[in-house]
Amino acid sequence: MIYLNSFLFCGTICLISQLILDNTKLTPGHVTSLFVVIGAFLDIFGIYDRFVLYCGAGAIIPITSFGHLLIHGAMDTVGKIGPLGLAFGIFNLTSAGISIALVSAFILCLLLKPKH
Amino acid sequence: MKNQEYQEFIKKYTPKPKVAKNGLIAFLVGGLLGLSSEILLEIYMFLLHLPRKESGVLVILTLIVIASILTAFGIFDILVTKVKSALIIPITGFAHSITSAALEYKTEGLVLGIGANIFKLAGTVILYGVVAVYLFGILRILIMGG
Repeated sequence: MIYLNSFLFCGTICLISQLILDNTKLTPGHVTSLFVVIGAFLDIFGIYDRFVLYCGAGAIIPITSFGHLLIHGAMDTVGKIGPLGLAFGIFNLTSAGISIALVSAFILCLLLKPKH
Repeated sequence: MKNQEYQEFIKKYTPKPKVAKNGLIAFLVGGLLGLSSEILLEIYMFLLHLPRKESGVLVILTLIVIASILTAFGIFDILVTKVKSALIIPITGFAHSITSAALEYKTEGLVLGIGANIFKLAGTVILYGVVAVYLFGILRILIMGG
């Protein structure tokens, strides 16, 4: 069942963004920013956690999960050390993704030339 | 020719985006990507004996590395023109934006080229994510007390 949910959730998010791209003048940059904010908004009261529980990786890989992970790390740290945790813990869960993306981009960029 | 007629004349010849076809492709490819990453997640859980949360992070890292390599070899851009947002909205789009910015500005030098421009496209995601989380976080602390 989780496989089907995974397929449907990730597919639906991609479908929504494709519809926005085709019917408005927004660029992919606008849509990804919008989706990150939506993901963070859905996790204020833990709604996105339900999606992750029922849809598995289908809810983890869209960019909405980036917003969810940002607010999740921040709120976990707020629970431990109080309101200052918002600043301390905001990148706790996304640091792996950002750092790997940076390092792999840097290494590949040194090794290869751009293809145009 | 009057302005209104001219507008209708242009309208006839501007290509319309094939909304239904693009949407279907985005849905199917995006769904398949979600499905295969769920399978990958369970493989990681089984092989490495990791809890679900950590294997989720590993799946994200795998996708980022694959997307970076495909971008560096120029394959990703070809795929994006075919499947549209199905590859931009998953985390692969984030990795693609970082790697393509790094490659594009390589000729301008290590610091002023790569260093200054690597977040050129991905920066918007991080900026609005962080600002939104500060706003929502303060809201939640005020309402629920943390």
